[in-house]
Order: sequence, then structure tokens, then C-alpha cells
Amino acid sequence: MPFIKDKALAADSFTAVADDAALADGPVLVSLARFQKDRETLLARNTAIGVRLKSDESPELLGEDVNRLSLVALEFPKFRDGRAFSWARMLRTRLGFTGEIRAVGDFLYDQLAYQHRTGFDAWELPENLTLDDFNRALAEMTNVYQPSADGKKTIRELRAGL
Amino acid sequence: MANPSSQVLTANRLNDGTVLYRKADGWVLTLAEADVYDDKPAAQAALDAATAGLTRNEYVSPYLFEVRRENGVIHPVKEREIIRAAGPSVRADLGKQAQGV
Amino acid sequence: MAEPNMYRYDEFDAQFVAERTAQFRTQVERRLKGELNEDQFKPLRLMNGLYLQLHAYMLRVAVPYGTLSSAQMRKLAHIARVYDKGYGHFTTRQNIQYNWPALVDVPDILEELASVEMHAIQTSGNCIRNVTADHFAGAALDEIEDPRPLAEVIRQWSSLHPEFVFLPRKFKIAVSGAPNDRAALAYHDMAIEIVKNDQGRVGYKVLVGGGMGRTPYIAQVLGDFVEKEDILAFLEAAMRIYNQQGRRDNMYKARIKILTNALGIEEMRRLTGIEFAEIKKAGTLQLPKEELDRITAYFAAPAFETLEDAMPSGDAAFEAWKKTNVHKHRQPGYAIATISLKPIGGVPGDASADQMDAVAAIMDRYSLGEIRVSHEQNLVLPHVRQKDLPAIHAALAGFDLATPNAGLITDIIACPGLDYCDLANARSIPIAQDIAKTFADLDRQHDIGELKIKISGCINACGHHHAGHIGILGVDKKGVEFYQLLLGGSGAEDASIGQIMGPGFTEHEIAGAVERVVNLYLAKREKGERFLDTYRRMGMEPFKNVAYGEELYAVHQG
Repeated sequence: MPFIKDKALAADSFTAVADDAALADGPVLVSLARFQKDRETLLARNTAIGVRLKSDESPELLGEDVNRLSLVALEFPKFRDGRAFSWARMLRTRLGFTGEIRAVGDFLYDQLAYQHRTGFDAWELPENLTLDDFNRALAEMTNVYQPSADGKKTIRELRAGL
Repeated sequence: MANPSSQVLTANRLNDGTVLYRKADGWVLTLAEADVYDDKPAAQAALDAATAGLTRNEYVSPYLFEVRRENGVIHPVKEREIIRAAGPSVRADLGKQAQGV
Repeated sequence: MAEPNMYRYDEFDAQFVAERTAQFRTQVERRLKGELNEDQFKPLRLMNGLYLQLHAYMLRVAVPYGTLSSAQMRKLAHIARVYDKGYGHFTTRQNIQYNWPALVDVPDILEELASVEMHAIQTSGNCIRNVTADHFAGAALDEIEDPRPLAEVIRQWSSLHPEFVFLPRKFKIAVSGAPNDRAALAYHDMAIEIVKNDQGRVGYKVLVGGGMGRTPYIAQVLGDFVEKEDILAFLEAAMRIYNQQGRRDNMYKARIKILTNALGIEEMRRLTGIEFAEIKKAGTLQLPKEELDRITAYFAAPAFETLEDAMPSGDAAFEAWKKTNVHKHRQPGYAIATISLKPIGGVPGDASADQMDAVAAIMDRYSLGEIRVSHEQNLVLPHVRQKDLPAIHAALAGFDLATPNAGLITDIIACPGLDYCDLANARSIPIAQDIAKTFADLDRQHDIGELKIKISGCINACGHHHAGHIGILGVDKKGVEFYQLLLGGSGAEDASIGQIMGPGFTEHEIAGAVERVVNLYLAKREKGERFLDTYRRMGMEPFKNVAYGEELYAVHQG
């Protein structure tokens, strides 16, 4: 599937590792359960670590470890489940996470802009979408009314000439 | 005696929402013209065919509902389908009932 | 054409709505081409107020906090004529619904709306819905501050809020600036009451977790006094808790009322407080005084003439109308006039395109170009000169808009019910019509006094049956309509949830049951008691005994 990082097509450097599979060499993406089980081993490997959170798993469950991660993948189990928007926002603002936040699972073209606004910067795109679609989705609405995690100036700030 | 298991298949047209009824492999606008399925396998087959045809994006939400026939006239069993077949009961000038149906 | 004092779009608002309209146009095109299936399209169309109902699509257009200009009213009439079947339906949430638009026309309708600064954004779907407010805002005698500037601030903040467009369930917010609650605050997911604290400073009391539906709850206090500049941060904090923790496994348990009651209000307050502190620390959601002042300026009181109070008199029809449909205005010599959309035997809340145009002309001539849509499905002329009332009454009467029944037993709220709605189990409108005809005699209506009847065609409670002094809930029993009677509800400042009496009535029995209940009230009331007061004093039992039949009543009395 198309993988987008920093608004461009990219190669995914992480290997997704199932809970019962052996750890691959290099950067790995594991579930929260796997991370908690093999925490010491993973942190000792000195390679980039990614954790995939289900939509009912708060990033707060990562505790202090969150900033030792390079990637947090947030799952949309179905597109109607909007919890990950708030988890991404929490990661970027309250938890100060600066690594990659990746959207995975079932989401729509029409949600890409909201994901981008709340702090996602990487996407495992649905098969039917292209980079052009992605760019178009982000450009549909020029201005926004409310601050989020993208640092975009709000309409209120634009009105005030800021 | 009406067959208690008689059913008609209905849906709404995608582009304007108009109520449709199944006749053969297509759709008609009035209940009077609709096919009545007197046994469950026939009804299910019609529903399966309509469900498979959803990908043509011409209609939405196909489902079966119960009818009884009296003197050759098809009557829905439930109030919901009576109203759907006719139009709002409080506006006789609107809906299928207003089109002389 | 008069230009009322209300919020006007600037270039940013205009561009926002135009782009949103274009976005929806492409969504419709993608659906028609099959790039979106119905399952994917449904939440997208709902976010723009578009339903598929029994007979056709239905488009719900927002009337933010219930305020309309005459230009907007004329546009609503135009849309009814050109794209629909010549009428619209004003709802309990200060929206207007069109019952027959074609999907392919909806983008054009939205463009028409945008041309008069209106839209259908977030009038449905699991997002923050149209913000409602007191329909007497800016005119009421008891008002601390006009609630509409805050409602507009919330409208903007909530529009396409990236975190809150795929919530567990819909989210309704209301704002009131007066101690007399005309906005049904206690029945909202969140509600804001403008209050004054001990030091005389104005701030916001925030309620959470009210709602009707399957599990009705009265809202509880989340924040006793939130400073004005903090209000968006406070709301966002509560919304974030809800988005993260609200249930998503069962749509009937997904509203914030369920979360609030599962956690307990203390825990809800604690969690909100933590999140609020975090947001406040970041500072980006603080509402500067200049911005609130800027928006408040749009709603400035009109340039009232200096007049003395002098209520005109007229014929019996005028006097009857004056008695119920005219309300005291804060400005001497002025009045608030309610236009009833409840003619006896009519469809509650419906207005024809011709009626809308007539109202627009009356707005221009007599009400500074402004009107309000009330949650009781009526229209309200907020600023009319008392001396113009006879002329207004005459003009309204010419369009069957002068029914003198505001607040009386025939001023019935009813959802569209099974005549239109895909979710309904039973019809609502014919029941409202039956009851209105039963009590058509005006002297009898006045004798009964304030009595709010509210009818819903299903448990979702769009007709607010829980909040009716007499509530009626339509249910389906094997395809046949039945109606449950509820007594003792209120959506006002004395909010309470109506209690179900017992087994349902048939469509032919329900008006009679209501009449027997009302007759008992007339027989038993003490001086000054409304129906609701008598019910609260006497309880359900005597009313139940009469409702199910005269014979039962005789037995009880014996």
C-alpha cells in the first residue's frame, strides 16, 4: 500500500512484528502488549522502536517511554471511530512527542486533513488512494477556526493580522 | 386467505431518493406494479440479486417487507410501508398518492 | 430591506463555507460515480445534514442560535419552491428541514445557502451540532447578556473541529443568558448559562450530560463559574474526555450523558479539570476579550426609538393573540411577538414558501429585518413596536399565521414522525392534529392555561416528549402504532423528566386520554396552579385512573 511520510511517498523503514513472531533486525513496529512484555530487550537493541496502539489504548499507557519511541502508529479499527484524532493531539501537545505518528487501519480520503491537523505525519494509505489524492485532500479547506497540533494559524489569528 | 409470508423488495433511488419496488431484474415506481414473492427462497434470491447490484450505484438500502393481497391488490402489512408506498398521511397532495398511484 | 444586527460573514467565513460546499459537491460526485459506497458516504452526507428518509432525501439546514435575516428567510422560501415541494419544516433544534430534495441538487442548494451566509454543516452526524440559544435573546427582560455572541464563538470553534467530527455520538450544545430557561439547557449534552458571580462578574455555568432518548437525564453542573476567556478551553477539555472515553460499542450508550453517569459527575469534573489545565497552559484556545467584543458588536441592540409603553387594543381576535403571542420586551414601547406555526389541524412547524415570503416582508416592515426560530417550532419577531402590533396581526392573519395559541395546549411540539422519518415507529403529526382539534375552543384553551404537549414518533425524542407537561411517545407493536402517555416533564428552569403512565393507547384513543387527564386537572387545580403544578402535587395515580376511561375514574372517586 502507498506509504506517505512528510507529504511524500516514502519507503517504510519499520518492520511490523506480530506478537508471537521473533523480532526482526532493524526498526520494528510492535503492539503495546508486545512492547510492555519485551520492553527491556527492545530498549537495549539501540534501534528505532515503533508501537502500534489500538483505538482504546491511550498513549498515556506508554508512560515515560513515549519519548524513547521513534514511531507511534494509531489504529482506526473502522473509520467512524475517531478516538485516534484525540490520541494524536495528546501525543503532540500534552506528551510533547516529536517522532512519527502514523495512521493505520480503516480511514477515508475525507479524514486525511483531520489526521494531518491533529498531528499525524505518516500514513499507510488505503490502496485506492494516491499521493495526488492525499495532497488534494489536505488542500480542500484553506483556513481553520480552531488551533490543533499542526500549528496552523487560525482564522481568529488571521483576522487579528497575526 | 393472504399468504402471511408474501414479500416485496424495495429500495431508494440513489440520485433523488425516490422509493422503488422490484419487478423482475429492474425497478418500478409503484407498489401495484411490484413483484410479490410468495415464498422465502424467491424473496431471498431477489434480495441477493439487488444486494449484488449495489455496486452499480443506482439505488441504496434494498430490503424486503411483508404484504398481503386482497382482491389482487397489494397491501403492506406495516404502517411504515403503507406510508412509504403512498406518501405522508398528512399531505395527500404529496408523494406517490398525489401522482394518482 | 432592513439589515438586522446579527453576525455577518467576513472573507474568511465566506471562503470557509464556499470551500466546504465545493468539498461536499465532490463527495456527491464521488458517490454517484461509485468511488464512495453508501456505507462510506453516509457519515459524510450526514455531516452536511443530508438524510435518506422514507420518501426521499431530507436536508437539514442550520439556523445558528435561531437567528435569521429577511434575506435569509426569502432564500429559504426560494429553496422550498425551486428544489423542494413548496414548504419547509422548522425543528426543535432551530433548524429547517426540506423533505424532498434530490441528492444531485443538494450541492446547488448549499451554494444558494452560502450566498446568504447559511449552511448545513454539522446539522447531523456524530459531531457538534447546530448551537442553539434562547429565542428571546437580545430582547428578553430577564437577560444578563445576549447568548448569541458566545453561540457564534462556539459555532466557529466547532466547525470542522478536526478532533470532534467522528465522536461516539451526536453532541448538542445550547446557550442561554437568562435565569428563565427558554433553551431547554438541562436536556443538552452540554449547555452554558450566562451567570453573574458574587462579585458581579459575568461568566459561564457549564452543564453536562443532559439528554432525552432511551435514557433521559437532566444535565449536571460541570463548572460553576467558568471565566469568559476560558470557555473554549473548558469545552474542548470536556469534549476530549468524551471523545476518548465515551462508549463506542453500543450506540444507545454512546452519548456523554451515559459517560457522565458512569464516571460520576465528580470524576467528570476532575478529568475535565486536568485536561482544562493542560489546554490553558498551551494558551492557544484562550478567547481574547477583543475577539468576544468584536463578535458581540455584531449583535448590538438595534437603534430603538424612544417610546412609551402603550399596548394597543383591538378586536377579539387581536386581543386573544396579544394575550398569548405577545411578550414583554426590555425596551419600553416595544414587544416580542410569536408567530405560531401551529394552526389548529395543521402540521406543527411547517411553513409554506408563500408564508416564508410573507414573514420576510413583515420582518422588513416591522421587526428590523430579523426573526428567530424557536425550539418550540414557532417563529419570533424579536423587536416590534407595540403600536405596530395590530398591523402585524392583520398581516399575519392573511397568511394563516396568527393562531393565538403560543404556550397553550394546542401549541404542540411534534417531530415529523412516521409520515416522513425513517427512524420513526409511529406517526406524530396526526396525533398533534387530533389533540389540537379536541381543544380548538379558544376559551377552553385559555382556561387550561400553560400546558406543553410534546410528541415524538420514536424513542429518539426529537419531539421532546420527556420534557412535555404531557408527553406522548409513539411505539410500534407488530406494525401498528401505539402511544404512551408521559406526565410531569419540563424543559424549563424547573426541568424534570416525564413519567410513563402505563400501557399505550391506540391512535384513536390518545386524544381522548389527554382530554380526560386535562379535565381532571381542571377539576382539581388549586388557585394559580398550572397543569404541571397540579400533577406535581397530586402525582400520577389520579391521572392514570382517569386516562384509561371514565368508568375507572368513577370507581376511583367512589
